[in-house]
Amino acid sequence: MTTSPTPSQAADRNLSPVARFLKATEIDTRLLGMVGALLLIWIGFHLFGVAFKGAGSFLTPRNLWNLSVQTASIGIMATGMVLVIVTRHIDLSVGSVLGFCAMAMGILQARILPDVFGLGSPMIWIVTALAGMALGMLIGAFHGWLIAYRGIPAFIVTLGGLLVWRGAAFLLARGETISPLDSTFSLLGGGPYGSVGAVGSWIVALIACAAILWMIFGGRKNRARHGFALRPMWAEYFLTVLGCGLVLGATLLVNAYPWPKGIVTQFAAANGLTVPEGGMFISHGWAIPVLILMGVGVVMTVLATRTRFGRYVFAIGGNPDAAELSGINTKWMTVKIFALMGFLTGLSSVVASARLNSATNALGTLDELYVIAAAVIGGTSLAGGVGTIYGAIIGALVMQSLQTGMVLIGFDAALQNIVVGTVLVLAVYLDIVYRKKTK
Amino acid sequence: MSNKGTPLVELRDISISFGGIKAVDHVTVDLYPGEVVGLLGHNGAGKSTLIKCLSGAYKADSGEVYINGQKAEINNPRDARSYNIETIYQTLALADNLDAASNLFLGRELVGPGGFLNDAAMEAETRKIMGRLNPNFHKFNVPVSALSGGQRQSVAIARAVYFNAKILIMDEPTAALGPHETQMVAELIQELKKQGLGIFLIEHDIHAVMNLCDRAVVMKNGQRVGTVNVGEVTDDDILGMIIMGKKPPQAY
Repeated sequence: MTTSPTPSQAADRNLSPVARFLKATEIDTRLLGMVGALLLIWIGFHLFGVAFKGAGSFLTPRNLWNLSVQTASIGIMATGMVLVIVTRHIDLSVGSVLGFCAMAMGILQARILPDVFGLGSPMIWIVTALAGMALGMLIGAFHGWLIAYRGIPAFIVTLGGLLVWRGAAFLLARGETISPLDSTFSLLGGGPYGSVGAVGSWIVALIACAAILWMIFGGRKNRARHGFALRPMWAEYFLTVLGCGLVLGATLLVNAYPWPKGIVTQFAAANGLTVPEGGMFISHGWAIPVLILMGVGVVMTVLATRTRFGRYVFAIGGNPDAAELSGINTKWMTVKIFALMGFLTGLSSVVASARLNSATNALGTLDELYVIAAAVIGGTSLAGGVGTIYGAIIGALVMQSLQTGMVLIGFDAALQNIVVGTVLVLAVYLDIVYRKKTK
Repeated sequence: MSNKGTPLVELRDISISFGGIKAVDHVTVDLYPGEVVGLLGHNGAGKSTLIKCLSGAYKADSGEVYINGQKAEINNPRDARSYNIETIYQTLALADNLDAASNLFLGRELVGPGGFLNDAAMEAETRKIMGRLNPNFHKFNVPVSALSGGQRQSVAIARAVYFNAKILIMDEPTAALGPHETQMVAELIQELKKQGLGIFLIEHDIHAVMNLCDRAVVMKNGQRVGTVNVGEVTDDDILGMIIMGKKPPQAY
């Protein structure tokens, strides 16, 4: 009907080298912006440390490793929040549901399961974690049912949930803190023993690199089979080198962070080793919660982009009426989306309580705000229909970097809140400006 | 045109009301294979509402739907699709944030092994059908929000035509189009008619109705004024039915 020029090689020649490069590699410029902002924050905090404290402590293996572990809990939930927000809903209850699940799991593993399986049984952590995730999923599905089949706005249902589940968590243990947790369970939260070590980390890195190769060249083969336009070969190689380089670099980094002396001594004593004169260098490597976050990121990305479920999520977000008229059962989809959000909250609750090695009544307080902020900073539009999983994870990293950085340079809590709040508003404003420009 | 045998679609005595207002009041219409039936009337006459009872968007309060003489239960758009009823809505019903292929296959995605979406195959199929319907269409990898009105319309039409529809409902398909594109839609209707589809066409433009339709059903205030064979009446007869509800002698 109306004619539109095909993007041709001729048009490409008029572009600047940078634009041509971006076009050939198909790198999302929004992603570049987020990574740029992240690097700016990292370098800024480091230089601030250098200038005013004598030494920068941000860009150290130790701090970045800790940052990765601290990001895990919010990051896991943020991937689910993307789908919730994309369908024009909101979930304000995740922090409280996290607290409730943690408390339920605490009671289960500390007071009930040792009597069933015997203290220290490996079944304890498995049953506990599965129960926590199932509980989260049930709560989420219940919220989804109220929203979809009873027509109560998500904002209200989950605002109610925010109060109800926090209160319920208190009642479960009458406000007590349950600690310590099962020793295997607490490995899921990270720490020296809760990391996979140098060798394990290299294995993870190699698997990741293989996956990158498979994605780039498998995707190319598939596009070639249907005769679609292909990226130039140099762009494919560039992306491969970039992806694998990032994976290997990050692995070097986490392997550069050694166990503390005390833990090494303890470990040596337990295993009948003698610590040599200069001390023993045992790498942390990737922490288990970070690996969980990566796994969640991959699965959620596949779910959002490669399955019918994901396609329907975005269709509902783009035009709920059109989705319904296309035969999508939008109500049942809403239940499934909230159940998934609940499941991820349960998983996040495993990580968060394991990291503390205790279930406290305040666990997850204000998490809903950080999770929503992470998704929104990561480019999820509250108007619905737009959002990416990787964006939300980077958003979570940005939020956590800000907080960690401010703690390192000694900002007090009041100032931290002001900065985080300002950054959130600013990030969304910049996103709006960006979208207007690229439209 | 003589219509004998079993009608493709029969809407019998359909009524539906919203908050006490009778949007459709005991209306009966039928449609034969290879026939275009125009639905006419003022805004708010109940045309779109009537047709939504067939496409599954609404559920009629009373009345029955027969497809090929068999009573059909249509409770939602999925049911309608299972009877090979396809609809091009006035609003187009496109998800603006998705590209053409995703919209075309929405709800009926092609999946590969493991149940994963086969986007490449869907795009290839979309390129094929768009090549037939609208050879100038090249924007396959952008959200449909970036398309012009005509391009969006062709995506909506492609979606209705691709899945071997037997019954096609078109709700003002040319409302947003220029003269050239309107002509293309007219040609498409003629071609589909030849293939034996039955088409309900909701249309305001009386000339389009005279050109494209075999019969016309006129509605006013939710009721059917009458049905005419387009060849037997003049523009003025039909206008009289729409505006004053006056039934010419040829009408039944």
